[in-house]
Amino acid sequence: MSADLVQPALVLSLVLFVLGALGVFLRRNIITVFMCVELMLNAVNLAFIAFSRARGTLDGQVLVFFVLTVAAAEAAVGLAIIISLQRGQDTLDVDAFRLLKW
Amino acid sequence: MVEGVLEDRVLMVLPFMILLLPLAGFVVLCLFGDAIRRHGESRGAGILACVTVLGSFGLSVWSVIRLLALVGGKDGLRFSQPYLGFEWMEAGGFRVPMSLLVDALSGVMILVVTGVGGLIHVYSLGYMSHDEDNVRYFSYLNLFTFFMLLLVLGGNLPLMFVGWEGVGLCSYLLIGFWFKKKSASDAGKKAFIVNRIGDAGLILGMVLAYHAFGSLDLVEIADNAGSLAPEGLGEMGVVTAVCLLLFVGACGKSAQIPLHVWLPDAMEGPTPVSALIHAATMVTAGVYMVARLAPLFVLSQTAMLVVASVGAATAFMAATIALVQTDIKRVLAYSTVSQLGYMFLACGVGAFGIAVFHLFTHAFFKALLFLGSGSVIHALSGEQDMRRMGGLRKYIPWTFATFLVGTLAIAGIPPLSGFYSKDAILAGALGKHGNVFFVIGLVTALLTAFYMARLLFMTFFGKYWGTEQHIHESPPSMLGPLVILAVGSAVGGFVDIPHFVQPVFRLPAHEEGHHVWLPWVAFFTAVAGMAVAYYLYVLYTEVPARLASRMRGLYRVLERKYGFDDLFNWIASRGVVQGSRDLLWAGLDSAVIDATVNGTGTVFRSLARGARTLQTGLVRGYALVMLGGAVAIVTYLLWAP
Repeated sequence: MSADLVQPALVLSLVLFVLGALGVFLRRNIITVFMCVELMLNAVNLAFIAFSRARGTLDGQVLVFFVLTVAAAEAAVGLAIIISLQRGQDTLDVDAFRLLKW
Repeated sequence: MVEGVLEDRVLMVLPFMILLLPLAGFVVLCLFGDAIRRHGESRGAGILACVTVLGSFGLSVWSVIRLLALVGGKDGLRFSQPYLGFEWMEAGGFRVPMSLLVDALSGVMILVVTGVGGLIHVYSLGYMSHDEDNVRYFSYLNLFTFFMLLLVLGGNLPLMFVGWEGVGLCSYLLIGFWFKKKSASDAGKKAFIVNRIGDAGLILGMVLAYHAFGSLDLVEIADNAGSLAPEGLGEMGVVTAVCLLLFVGACGKSAQIPLHVWLPDAMEGPTPVSALIHAATMVTAGVYMVARLAPLFVLSQTAMLVVASVGAATAFMAATIALVQTDIKRVLAYSTVSQLGYMFLACGVGAFGIAVFHLFTHAFFKALLFLGSGSVIHALSGEQDMRRMGGLRKYIPWTFATFLVGTLAIAGIPPLSGFYSKDAILAGALGKHGNVFFVIGLVTALLTAFYMARLLFMTFFGKYWGTEQHIHESPPSMLGPLVILAVGSAVGGFVDIPHFVQPVFRLPAHEEGHHVWLPWVAFFTAVAGMAVAYYLYVLYTEVPARLASRMRGLYRVLERKYGFDDLFNWIASRGVVQGSRDLLWAGLDSAVIDATVNGTGTVFRSLARGARTLQTGLVRGYALVMLGGAVAIVTYLLWAP
């Protein structure tokens, strides 16, 4: 990635992040919401790579590795939760799960 | 080494044995009491109790003989401090060694406690033989003897206090011995609670004494009291405070106004208990303590005046109450209170030796009178009201003869013992404090002679008013102690107790003025009192009732016992119960403390009611809030000033 690609990469990252956020807020299927969260994470990863390139250091890339690792663990736990939610209530509608309220 | 102490091996061991014998009796009766009773050997239990106490008496006589053989120190002061070899408590400079003190004063006391106590044990064999619970009775009696001996032998104030509390406990147990009777258990509680009030004073006094002297050892206090140079007014204030606090304790134990209310009620216990604990020994503990700390008390004029005043007031008021009582034991109870007042009067005017002398003679004749009244009650199968007695001298001649000796002794007819000690108290009070105490003492002597003669005449003379058909003389085990005590009451006055105990007080010897006329005045006072009683209760028996109706008001006051019980009831019911309910509970507890706690809860609950609506349970709502928060933070970071 040459230096003049940094700005487009950041723009792409922003677009992906906003898409992800919109998906989280607007979609009602849990799996979709979950995938949108993954999308936001990857948008941030892209931003890290771009900054790493712009600054000429490896710090951003190291952080990406951490994010990937955590995201993998998070995916495993998240999907397990989703399966058990589905088994409990026989639905994947986010708004159906509102037991934890006053 | 303090002057006067002599290393006497026998005297180092004997006092502990004197103490241990009754304790051993108690332990055996406690552990094997049930077995003894199951075998129907309860008489054996009584005999065991008697043997231990009489054994203690033998050892006490031996100790006093050894004590007399010691080479005296300054002013003939002899004492021995047996030490068990270890400390009871030790904290920094504060030491309470397990040490006893044997000197003339405790010598007299142990003789009285074990001697009179032993006789009363023997008497109890007969008196309590019908009671199925007499193993428990004798175990209490032995425990009492142990604690009483500890009280008078204890070498320091805390050890004395152990005995002091122990006798209080035994007193409570024995007053409430027939605990199925409500009045008996109530009386026990009353005695215990009133004594606690006094004990609070005693504890405070001890603490203050330690603060002032740096020691609680009786010998050290006595030796150092004189050298307690008044470094300022504060020092003397401390001494006065110590004396007054200790005297509060003495008032509780020795039934002085206003803490005397428990003693008449204590008559609910078995009669030998009244004789032992509430006449001869325990109630004299206060007198013993004041006499023991005489070197301290004489330093404070105020304390001495208070002691004498309380003593005089008690002597007089209790004697007047005794005039109108109709229960034979209650007359004797008030008489005891009155005579104890006499002893404090003697202490208060500085005649400590004479107070101990009166304690000694009083132990004999009051134990005799109580045991005699017990014999009367026994003969009449439980009747205690003198109005349903009369003419008993024909039926129970031995009881009558011994009772007569006791009455003459307490009234102060020479040559019986009461005459000498009472005369000595009057002589001690003469010429001091404007003769106020002398006059009160003389009037009290008149009243004493009167009410005792009244008791004698109502019980033994005239016509029999009761219904009991089988009036029977008591068994020998009861008459024996009566006869011995009668002999003691007759000749007890010839023992020179005052000179024997005088060195203990470490007071400068002073020759009292000898008044030839005083014994005659005392004698005629006693005779006059008895003569009036003879006139009223033998010759013209209808006069007392007329007098009572004539002086209605005065009679009522005496009958209500000056209203002390009513006053305390009022304080307890109005002050404590109502005050607690209306003021402390409704006013403070409910309105302030509870309201604060509940108010705190209410405030936070209403805050929470608003805050909890934020928690909707909608995941996307939370995410939105998070996003908003993140945007806000980033915005701040980017555009912060």
